[in-house]
Amino acid sequence: MPVAASAIYFLNLRGDVLINRLYRDDVGGNMVDAFRMHIMQTKELGTCPVRQIGGCSFFYMRISNVYIVIVVSSNANVACAFKFVVEAVALFKSYFGGAFDEDAIRNNFVLIYELLDEIMDFGYPQNLSPEILKLYITQEGVRSPFSSKPSEKPVPNATLQVTGAVGWRREGLVYKKNEVFLDIVESVNLLMSSKGSVLRCDVTGKILMKCFLSGMPDLKLGLNDKIGLEKESQLKSRPMKSGKTIELDDVTFHQCVNLTRFNSEKTVSFVPPDGEFELMKYRITEGVNLPFRVLPTIKELGRTRLEVNVKVKSVFGAKMFALGVVVKVPVPKQTAKTSFQVTSGRAKYNASIDCLVWKIRKFPGQTEATMSAEVELISTMVEKKPWTRPPIQMEFQVPMFTASGLRVRFLKVWEKSGYNTVEWVRYITKAGSYEIRC
Amino acid sequence: MSGHDSKYFSTTKKGEIPELKEELNSQYKDKKKDAVKKVIAAMTVGKDVSSLFTDVVNCMQTENLELKKLVYLYLINYAKSQPDLAILAVNTFVKDSQDPNPLIRALAVRTMGCIRVDKITEYLCDPLQRCLKDDDPYVRKTAAICVAKLYDINAELVEDRGFLDTLKDLISDNNPMVVANAVAALAEIQETSTRPIFEITSHTLSKLLTALNECTEWGQVFILDALSRYKAADAREAENIVERVTPRLQHANCAVVLSAVKMILQQMELITSTDVVRNLCKKMAPPLVTLLSAEPEIQYVALRNINLIVQKRPTILAHEIKVFFCKYNDPIYVKMEKLEIMIKLASDRNIDQVLLEFKEYATEVDVDFVRKAVRAIGRCAIKLERAAERCISVLLELIKIKVNYVVQEAIIVIKDIFRRYPNTYESIIATLCESLDTLDEPEAKASMIWIIGEYAERIDNADELLESFLESFPEEPAMVVLNNATVETDNPDLRDRAYIYWRLLSTDPEAAKDVVLAEKPVISDDSNNLDSSLLDELLSNIATLSSVYHKPPEAFVSRAKSASAKPDDDEPPLPILLPSSTGQGLQISAQLVRRDGQVFYSLLFENNSQMLLDGFMIQFNKNTFGLAAAGPLQVPPLQPGSTARILLPMITFQNISPGAPNTLLQVAVKDNQQPVWYFNDKISLHVFFSEDGRMERANFLETWKSLPDSNEVSKDLPAAVIHGVDAAIEHLAAANVFFVAKRRNADKELLYMSAKGPSGVPFLIELTAAVSVPGVKCAVKTPSPELAPLFFDAMETLLK
Repeated sequence: MPVAASAIYFLNLRGDVLINRLYRDDVGGNMVDAFRMHIMQTKELGTCPVRQIGGCSFFYMRISNVYIVIVVSSNANVACAFKFVVEAVALFKSYFGGAFDEDAIRNNFVLIYELLDEIMDFGYPQNLSPEILKLYITQEGVRSPFSSKPSEKPVPNATLQVTGAVGWRREGLVYKKNEVFLDIVESVNLLMSSKGSVLRCDVTGKILMKCFLSGMPDLKLGLNDKIGLEKESQLKSRPMKSGKTIELDDVTFHQCVNLTRFNSEKTVSFVPPDGEFELMKYRITEGVNLPFRVLPTIKELGRTRLEVNVKVKSVFGAKMFALGVVVKVPVPKQTAKTSFQVTSGRAKYNASIDCLVWKIRKFPGQTEATMSAEVELISTMVEKKPWTRPPIQMEFQVPMFTASGLRVRFLKVWEKSGYNTVEWVRYITKAGSYEIRC
Repeated sequence: MSGHDSKYFSTTKKGEIPELKEELNSQYKDKKKDAVKKVIAAMTVGKDVSSLFTDVVNCMQTENLELKKLVYLYLINYAKSQPDLAILAVNTFVKDSQDPNPLIRALAVRTMGCIRVDKITEYLCDPLQRCLKDDDPYVRKTAAICVAKLYDINAELVEDRGFLDTLKDLISDNNPMVVANAVAALAEIQETSTRPIFEITSHTLSKLLTALNECTEWGQVFILDALSRYKAADAREAENIVERVTPRLQHANCAVVLSAVKMILQQMELITSTDVVRNLCKKMAPPLVTLLSAEPEIQYVALRNINLIVQKRPTILAHEIKVFFCKYNDPIYVKMEKLEIMIKLASDRNIDQVLLEFKEYATEVDVDFVRKAVRAIGRCAIKLERAAERCISVLLELIKIKVNYVVQEAIIVIKDIFRRYPNTYESIIATLCESLDTLDEPEAKASMIWIIGEYAERIDNADELLESFLESFPEEPAMVVLNNATVETDNPDLRDRAYIYWRLLSTDPEAAKDVVLAEKPVISDDSNNLDSSLLDELLSNIATLSSVYHKPPEAFVSRAKSASAKPDDDEPPLPILLPSSTGQGLQISAQLVRRDGQVFYSLLFENNSQMLLDGFMIQFNKNTFGLAAAGPLQVPPLQPGSTARILLPMITFQNISPGAPNTLLQVAVKDNQQPVWYFNDKISLHVFFSEDGRMERANFLETWKSLPDSNEVSKDLPAAVIHGVDAAIEHLAAANVFFVAKRRNADKELLYMSAKGPSGVPFLIELTAAVSVPGVKCAVKTPSPELAPLFFDAMETLLK
């Protein structure tokens, strides 16, 4: 049964109800007490997001300082429920203009009730596109394209938009200048052993799009992925152009992309929603270009001293540079004194996270930097258990670099009025979980 | 851009309710709207604002959509507690359902469906009928779900009014969202019904698969979930279906992906071509892996499902073990699940890598995770014979770290390895013996003693080692004792010291030896531990709770398909007044009954919670007949899973509530473990009909004439039916409604009867009905005509 929820609660960290909405009759109004008593006030909190208490099951998620709790008593679709929460939160954020926390909820509770009534009926998720909902659920302070008209009067064809085949775009949009912005954002995830061998490495990327296009445009996106290129050359019966191609392990698309067409022709074609959205996500595990190499040596000298040596090498193009590089080297809890030597940037000891934090604002390509530190420990009398040596973690951003090698080859826009569009493409690679064991 | 609604929460003055009442009746629109917002705010924080019902409902007739929605929200929450007043809203609802604005039409139907009050439901049918055929798809898609709501309240009504057929027609609607909601509604109705209502034919299947392309993401989930029940006729059809479903694997919505996986796995059962199966497995792997980059909660759901999938189709993710390596910052529940899957995917090819990972995890901070990692090494050793030696050497390395709980866990798993591969690795015993002193957990000690005992002849100082355990004998838990005794029978040197324990076991050491040494269950690989039929059932429930709990739905869903199929004794089942979902596992069914001239409250307590419940108490609120308990409630302590049936004697005219007579009986039940539970019951007048209500004909006529005509009330009872005059007389006499006379008028039977109600009020009754035709006209003449509505209720119940 694809029912996702019988009731939904928004609680603050103390367990006070901020919002509650019962969708079905099979759970009682006081179920939230059970949640407070059996989960919030026990050590169970955070050990498992799906729990059964009595005849009911609870799914919960924490988002900033709010718990969102879904209660069901049937064999509900959990995946659907969690995804619903994630998308509902995104929707609320787009209405409030960014933040989603206790204050934002209290300040918008009427709006939230109204939205909750609209986006779920009898426990079944309905249309959650902010774009469409803003057509007819408007609150003071919410900018709507129709705000000049009196809000009492609903948009005449709003209902057709909600249920339309293109349920994410409204008709009759006009822009003076037709522009599309593409942002390719990649996160590199790395797990490297202390000996320098790569244990796991992948790139998860997303293509974010900002569309300011008139009418109902049809878009087609071409990437340098191997399968797409092969299919293309097959269809046009001409040999493949040489050049770097990449292999995508998996792609997922925004609901605007025609999946059947992607499956048969391998082309990404779609009618985009207006404004900003996430067009696609992809994952690559083969042929990842790691932007940084990290070579750590940590020596324990006796029981009270550590010698830490970390060398970081940038291996991307010499003309590029990384921004906001942070290397966090864990040290034992009983660290007393530290002294550093760095070739660039700044390093200090942060006791609250038990790490040496080394920051380099700008890190050019094809260079290296080192940090050496001496750490003195308080000697403890008790036979302590050996230090667990958590991994070194790294943060960075490298603009105009893709760890996967992905490139946008073209973005074509067709609209019946035949206007010209300007396309902008940006690339950036960030650190996902970039861990080096030591 | 943020709102400023928080101000509505900040009214905590004393005279809040009267103040709100005044504001609600204000002539200024803005003030009214603000007042409704304050009411909703108060409702949210849990204050009881039901006393404002009439005032809020009066605000319902408004052009302001926002205000209307707030009033509707209030109604959803409080209509149930004010069923009599809810009728006030009906007119506006019906009017709104014909509004020119489709948003308002849909809103009216959607809200009416959420109000579970009979009076509202009665009026829902006509608007619903219209809305199901509305021109606007938005209204149709709302009406489709509303049918499911109505079915949940009153299934018969839905069937009688032909809503099911209309709903089935909507599957062919030209709007994909209407189709999706109709499918969801039908699937739900099918789930609660035993009759075939929504059968998927190959025709509907193909229509729905086409609709899939145009649906919203959620609509795709509804359709895929409904279609996963479809059984393809042959391999070719299955391949066709799969081909049309595979594109869904690329969807960004995890629920769509999991539902598509579920459907593909179902159809794969039929596909015989190994190439096709291999190809499908290859296609499913990447989307499953991608789910692991979602939010941790979704990852958890995905991992629990992957756990099942790899048990069925190990090849799908055989090469992807690396993606299950734990990240340092993964939440603990994600790590634990990843570990399980790593064990399942471990093979001779990747075991070295896996062992390195496990070893790494064994040095982390979280104790439970570390233990599980150590145990995982042991499970791999048992699963992969060729890797056992490497596993053991990793375990020995871990023992050398000398972290107490790691050592203990390692010893426990080494014992299992010894049992799986006897006489293979005893060379390491010496190393194990070194850490003897650090053992303080019973299971670890027992394991160590078992090892020493088993290999006693190869350990020179076995007796000394065991002696060290014997010193602490009296304090040892049973597990250690038992194992120690095992050892003794094997070790003659210590026999004299152990005679006490022999006596415990047996007087004959040889017999004891036989017994104890024989009970060695075979240790086997337990990583694929689910029974295959259970596994199949769980796989057909992918993405649902069942697949997360790894339990079939019946195991945790209390509201099963046929709830009435529980014949515990010959009495008719009592109506459930407090469902266990509301009562945190406590379920109470109850009804007023009359036995031997006295009124009893018949109660059935069911403890479906995990704990013992005791100390039950009961209290009745003031009611029309002043019903109250004649004595304390005596319920034995309820073990989890047990039930208790109680007959509580009642007395009347104790705490009478003033006002017009009504049937409401408010009950509060409390126990020592839970908060107080409140529920409402309905008083049926016939429990008061006394045994001495019989009247002679003459007396009847006399009384009839003596009462003024204004005391006669009549009503049609549409649900009542008389199947035969004699049977009806007999049946009513059992309920203390006595026969006086009868006559025939055209095709109608007229029955004259008498009954005596509470405090001896007589009821003179005339029933007019055609035999076996539903609908009975009931006229009653009584000195207390204000009781007539209750009397009709009672008669209708009796004649159903």
